Amino acid sequence: MGNKNNKVFDPEFVKQEMIKKYPAKVARKRAKGIVVNKIEGEDKVVPEIQANVRTIPGIITQRGCCYAGCKGVVLGPTRDILNLTHGPIGCGFYSWLTRRNQTKPETETSENYMPYCFSTDMQDEDIVFGGEKKLKQAIREAMEIFKPKAIGIFSTCPVGLIGDDVHAVARDMREEFPGTNIFGFSCEGYKGVTQSAGHHIANNELYKHIIGENDTPLDAKFKVNMLGEYNIGGDAFEIERMFNESGLTLNSSFSGNSSYDQFARAHTADLDVVMCHRSINYMAEMLEAKFGIPWFKVNFIGAKDSAKSMRKIAKYFDDKELTAKIEAFIEKEMAEVEKVRLDVIKRTEGKTAALFVGGSRAHHYQELFKELGMKTISSGYEFGHRDDYEGRKVLDTIKVDADSRNIEELTIEKDEARYKARKSEAELDALKSDKDFEMNDYVGLMPDSEEGSLIIDDISHYETEKLLEICKPDIFCAGIKEKYVVQKWGVPLKQLHSYDYGGPYAGFKGAINFYKEIDRMLSSKVWADIKAPWEQSPELVAKYAFNN
Amino acid sequence: MRKVAIYGKGGIGKSTTTQNTVAGLAEMGKKVMVVGCDPKADSTRLLLGGLAQGTVLDTLRSEGEDVELEDIRKVGFGGTLCTESGGPEPGVGCAGRGIITSINLLEQLGAYAESEGLDYVFYDVLGDVVCGGFAMPIREGKAQEIYIVVSGEMMAMYAANNICKGIVKYAEAGGVRLGGLICNSRNVDNERQMIEELAKQLGTQMIHFVPRNNFVQKAEINRKTVIDFDGTHPQADEYRALAKKIDENKMFIVPTPLEIEELEKLLIDFGIAN
Repeated sequence: MGNKNNKVFDPEFVKQEMIKKYPAKVARKRAKGIVVNKIEGEDKVVPEIQANVRTIPGIITQRGCCYAGCKGVVLGPTRDILNLTHGPIGCGFYSWLTRRNQTKPETETSENYMPYCFSTDMQDEDIVFGGEKKLKQAIREAMEIFKPKAIGIFSTCPVGLIGDDVHAVARDMREEFPGTNIFGFSCEGYKGVTQSAGHHIANNELYKHIIGENDTPLDAKFKVNMLGEYNIGGDAFEIERMFNESGLTLNSSFSGNSSYDQFARAHTADLDVVMCHRSINYMAEMLEAKFGIPWFKVNFIGAKDSAKSMRKIAKYFDDKELTAKIEAFIEKEMAEVEKVRLDVIKRTEGKTAALFVGGSRAHHYQELFKELGMKTISSGYEFGHRDDYEGRKVLDTIKVDADSRNIEELTIEKDEARYKARKSEAELDALKSDKDFEMNDYVGLMPDSEEGSLIIDDISHYETEKLLEICKPDIFCAGIKEKYVVQKWGVPLKQLHSYDYGGPYAGFKGAINFYKEIDRMLSSKVWADIKAPWEQSPELVAKYAFNN
Repeated sequence: MRKVAIYGKGGIGKSTTTQNTVAGLAEMGKKVMVVGCDPKADSTRLLLGGLAQGTVLDTLRSEGEDVELEDIRKVGFGGTLCTESGGPEPGVGCAGRGIITSINLLEQLGAYAESEGLDYVFYDVLGDVVCGGFAMPIREGKAQEIYIVVSGEMMAMYAANNICKGIVKYAEAGGVRLGGLICNSRNVDNERQMIEELAKQLGTQMIHFVPRNNFVQKAEINRKTVIDFDGTHPQADEYRALAKKIDENKMFIVPTPLEIEELEKLLIDFGIAN
């Protein structure tokens, strides 16, 4: 391995090779989504990239559906909301814990529905005659068996086609079961262009139906909401440990290891920090507009960025004791991290990675690779929007198309009774004036990526294979759909949706895990044996035994 | 066995024309099955002497998988076999999918089997072709010949032209062909000439001109076809003539639908201009 790295990487050449075989119209469209990164000036201006547009039919895409984004991603990690899929059984079954998000109920007897998969299992008859009655029946059964505090109903494609009204059913059922919060999601798979539409819908309904239910704040000094962290492989546990050991209190998590009660009191927090900007920025903005909670972006992937994010929180609270505690914590943790890193980097330095995953992970994980002395030569999102690539500074220039209009946009008004400014205007201005602080901002993937690396939105299967053929990175990060194709090219693939079987990779302990995992994968000798003997030397030479 | 589907604009008289024509065929000694493809389930009322039919989908719901052909098929006038797909109440579910389900069930149960000795199957389909479900009878070779019921009114002709587009779409894959237009007269000026011209432009024929006669309504109120109610009435002979023409029809074509301008010109030439 590594012999290819001496080759000069020419991103423009790779791009041209990728689109060369496409029909003219397809090539034109794809060319806009494949951009050679260039970072200019102090404001880190990057070239425009086409994102969040419909995938070209026939191209094999990485993308998922609206239902997956809503039920699978945002609501998937919620343990005490009974998540009921209204649709044929496959949608419910294949969105059941496939992201490996973990949860830890408060006590052994606390509500936890994650080990269950709930579905109305629609049949032909329900499609013809409508499925509302069956849905009501399913809710009654769920009430009888589990008596949950909340039920979420998720719409699949056929529900939208036949016009079942899940919101009306939810309303009726709330009347029938007054103690339970029952609400629906119009997250039919075909809505929007990616799972991103589902994230937005999930944010809207959580906001409408749960946020603000409980006005009693936690008795703690530094209450932080963690937004856009989904506890894959236990990431949220590690972040929670970091908070606890450094004097912060996790008020509410959206939605890794979350609980209904956390959502209900989310509006009482002192601060919102955002991990995955794409999936949860709506919630951050709504909480700020209605209740006055300031938000900023953090990244707990990578030890350096974790430390930076902790310091950012310390700076926000501006409390001597807290700052000292956070600094001491970072020092202690970094010592452990460095020990492992300095050993692993000997074997990883100079190697290359390619990351095509998510709406934030392709950005965040570059930090971990940097710490290992590795270069990310190409990266991109499945469902990111332009602001996730170029930064929120381009928000005003993003065209709103018909697909985005399809999704409800809530109008948020200040809650006069409960709105409370957490910081004075002057304090906020001071924080905002510090460019590196990124208050209410996300700088985006491109300004943080290597100059001259190839940024590819919604990479197609063909483009993936071209990239492997020409560049052969030492490691490829994507999901299960890409895994085995990539490995057949002799390149190890690390799944960053589900972490394969590993994790956590967030925070300090997570960084150590990741270093070791990458070390293991890159040092493996198995990739040299991908080619069968007859592929390496096609002719077998033999001698007659009797001639000897 | 000839498989025939009757299409046309809603309210044009598809069910009435179909049943009266089927009565004519039955009188000729043909063995005919009628499959109603309308959620209202009123396509066999005149043949059965009332809405005496448990629909396929209702039976499927109440009996589960264990459905017998006898449960969903009743014998009507002249030995005709009558079934109704049925479907959801208005505003619920998917009626189109219902028709697909019920036709599949009929096939599974052997309603079309050679042993049934059928000469004809008639599909009476709701309104315009609105979605894949309602196109079911012309897909996958289920119906081979289509007759479109039309009148000289603009929207009826417009619908007929649209249905032709549907036929073109499935002609290649399913082998479906247009057998002709049936003009169910609304006493519009120059109606016969106009429909004959429309038929010509579509590349087909006006197979029969059924004059308007209130006697049809009278028979209908009595839950009977005209032939059944009073076989000596002149209107009965019109349906006998239509039945005979269909039986002897040899003209099956892939239609050439008109551009909207051509259709409007036709109306002006024969209608408003005169």
